[in-house]
Amino acid sequence: MTTDALPASYLEDGMSLRSWLTTTDHKRIAILYALSITAFFFVGGAAATIIRMELATPAGDLVSNDAYNKLFTAHGVIMVWLFLIPSIPSVLGNFLLPLMLGARDLAFPRLNLLSWYLYLAGGLITLEALLLGGVDTGWTFYTPYSTMFSNTYVVLTLVGVFVTGFSSILTGLNFIVTIHTLRAPAMGWFKLPLFAWAMYATSLILVLATPVLAITTLLVAAERLFQIGIFDPAYGGDPLLFQHLFWFYSHPAVYIMVLPAMGVVSEIIPCFARRPVFGYDTMAYAILAIASVGFLVWGHHMFVSGQSLAASMTFSLLSFLVAIPSAIKVFNWTATLYKGSIRFDAPMLYALGFVGLFTIGGLTGLFLASLSLDVHLTDTYFVVAHFHYIMVGGSVMAYFGGLHFWWPKATGRMYPEVWARIAAVLVFIGFNLTFFPQFILGVEGMPRRYHAYPPQFQVLNLFSSTGAGVLAIGYLMPLVYFAWSMGRGKAAGDNPFGAQGLEWQARSPPPTHNFDAPPVVPARVYDYQADEPLPEAAP
Amino acid sequence: MAADTDATLSSGFRLLHAAASAQASRTDALFLAMLLLCGTVAIVLLVLVVWFSLRYRRGRQVDRTPPREMKGIEVAWTVTPLLIFFGVFGWAARDYVTMADPPADALPVSVVARQWMWKLQHRNGRREINELHVPLGEPVVVTMTSQDVIHSFFIPAFRLKQDVLPGRYTRLWFTATQLGEFPLFCSEYCGSEHSQMTGRVVVLSPSDYGRWLASGPSEPGMAQYGFALFRQLGCSGCHDPRSTIHAPLLEGLYGRTVHLQDGRSLVADANYLRDSILVPAKDVVAGFAPVMPSFAGQVSEEDLQALIAYIQSTHARDATP
Repeated sequence: MTTDALPASYLEDGMSLRSWLTTTDHKRIAILYALSITAFFFVGGAAATIIRMELATPAGDLVSNDAYNKLFTAHGVIMVWLFLIPSIPSVLGNFLLPLMLGARDLAFPRLNLLSWYLYLAGGLITLEALLLGGVDTGWTFYTPYSTMFSNTYVVLTLVGVFVTGFSSILTGLNFIVTIHTLRAPAMGWFKLPLFAWAMYATSLILVLATPVLAITTLLVAAERLFQIGIFDPAYGGDPLLFQHLFWFYSHPAVYIMVLPAMGVVSEIIPCFARRPVFGYDTMAYAILAIASVGFLVWGHHMFVSGQSLAASMTFSLLSFLVAIPSAIKVFNWTATLYKGSIRFDAPMLYALGFVGLFTIGGLTGLFLASLSLDVHLTDTYFVVAHFHYIMVGGSVMAYFGGLHFWWPKATGRMYPEVWARIAAVLVFIGFNLTFFPQFILGVEGMPRRYHAYPPQFQVLNLFSSTGAGVLAIGYLMPLVYFAWSMGRGKAAGDNPFGAQGLEWQARSPPPTHNFDAPPVVPARVYDYQADEPLPEAAP
Repeated sequence: MAADTDATLSSGFRLLHAAASAQASRTDALFLAMLLLCGTVAIVLLVLVVWFSLRYRRGRQVDRTPPREMKGIEVAWTVTPLLIFFGVFGWAARDYVTMADPPADALPVSVVARQWMWKLQHRNGRREINELHVPLGEPVVVTMTSQDVIHSFFIPAFRLKQDVLPGRYTRLWFTATQLGEFPLFCSEYCGSEHSQMTGRVVVLSPSDYGRWLASGPSEPGMAQYGFALFRQLGCSGCHDPRSTIHAPLLEGLYGRTVHLQDGRSLVADANYLRDSILVPAKDVVAGFAPVMPSFAGQVSEEDLQALIAYIQSTHARDATP
């Protein structure tokens, strides 16, 4: 469809390294993010691989206990702050938000580039702490261990997290202003794609919660460096104060990771089911409900910490309430399939995988919201399994689904569909093999963060370690075929999946200014019809 | 090399299905109910997704007329979970309240956690490291504090866990319902040897327990030792009934309501007594001048527990007939 008369695509608009590093094009910045978070994903993944190898046998014989403690800390810090939080918002959000709104770029393109540099600086500082010898506090940095007892690179790591946080705040701010001001004239709020709604809610959390994390890291540094008593009772502090501050950020951070995933899935399922998303308005309100009630549940991480009975009761009840909008979303995705015309391309396989795994993650969350059950299950592998179902089974599945869905748009090339489907299935199987046994381990009482464990836990740990191998292969495959498709993949065309959404009205890959002609906002969002003629398409 | 010392528990334990406390059976009942409920929901959703996927897969000849709006069903799948959630919340909260409320006659045990060891002491002075002997069928209340970082006292077979914090007391209580040995884990990450901070709870028949308690090196009871400290540290100089200094009397204080200078009232529990010894200016009793010096840095965690045990013992003597 592209002709030579049209301006070059964003990929060809300046080929020098300098043109990439000084770009203010949201699409190029998205690519910069994609490359950097992929690097961190594999560093964090390498740490996980060693952890799973260590845990294949009960004795702590592969690495020392201190090395093990640093590995799970590195895995958590990198995966949470350097991969998951920026993943969908900074890569897919950056690339797609202006396109979905019919805009030329984000509201503040230079601020957007600054976000990436801050992210990179924070990431490199964290990596530096790792190379110097690492940090052993766990990604949760609980006091007074982190302030007074750990002799590792706590402050340097916190500086990395602090700097990365500003990247989050600026991205959030940028998205909020963009969604308010740069929508195409005919695009009202209730014509926004659900992905844009999800970005909006996520951005609100980024802007409101991340400053609390920044404050908390400063307080930890103040106590650690200057013995100012804030958290350590030996200096007159209160260790639970840290947990309140930390989870005030870190629980909403879970929604920073999963709301964007819900947004991606809400784009993919209607497209491959050829049905408008079921209950669009409810879906949008559910996103807002999750984002707001999500701020009021942090104390459910502290049911055995010694917080008051009244606090625990309140947080438990609110945690059940926040599950309602999530449940509604799952029901609505399922109902979207009804009377559809369903095709199982790779993005759809990831999206359906997301629905299944997120459901299990959500349902097991109800066990943990139940006060008396949480007393037994908290700080065991049940919790580890639960949040991996949400954050890996949910967010990472959706991120991969999104990568496959919008890959043709971003590169103008198709990936080999068969390989992509094989990888999706491998990830699904490997994931369940890795993490389902951990639910049982938790019920049996195996505590988290154990370098060595009693022998009765070995069989389930072996399943888990084997699954991690399968999962690793599933994650490596896209790296290969995506790279291959850049040179050899067949040309994608502007809209290979027959998808709605303004981004598909741009060329593939889009020119730097996004649209050659003003995009046409359809009368209805997700205007798919099950009996319309099929788009010419991948197998 | 270090391999055999790392896994400190012998393989003799059978954790699966061991439910060895009164609380364990209550927790398991709710767990099974939740498993049934959530399992059903998961299976129904799975069946629907698979059924829709097969029935409405592309290329199949099937009626695809768009369905009408289904507001009724949306309300139903919102309200039904909400009601169920209130029920589950209430069930779990009721058990949780029970966990927080030990019976008055529960057998007291004091615990001091440190990197990476559990130190326990019974009221008659008998000490243990990484082991807790308790009698079958009698409520036991464990009062815990930490000398350094946060730890967590976790007995999977009892389905109980409580974080152990520096600078304050937390407690946990149980009634063992099964004889035998059950693993004890530290479940809050506490540094290098976190995974070696394990031990066991040994449940004995009441007669065996009595024999066990009486055996071992003879040491003064905690209250007796606390009384000696009470003299030695000079507490009795002010708090003795015969003292000329205007200080509150401590006999029978434990468990009573105390009215404070600033208008607050609180119940004199272990945490209040602890704070009053270490930070006396924090909760000044109404009618008294804040003249007491702090004993922070002068008493160890074990000595503090003994002092509190002594004050608690005077409570027993003063009990109304």
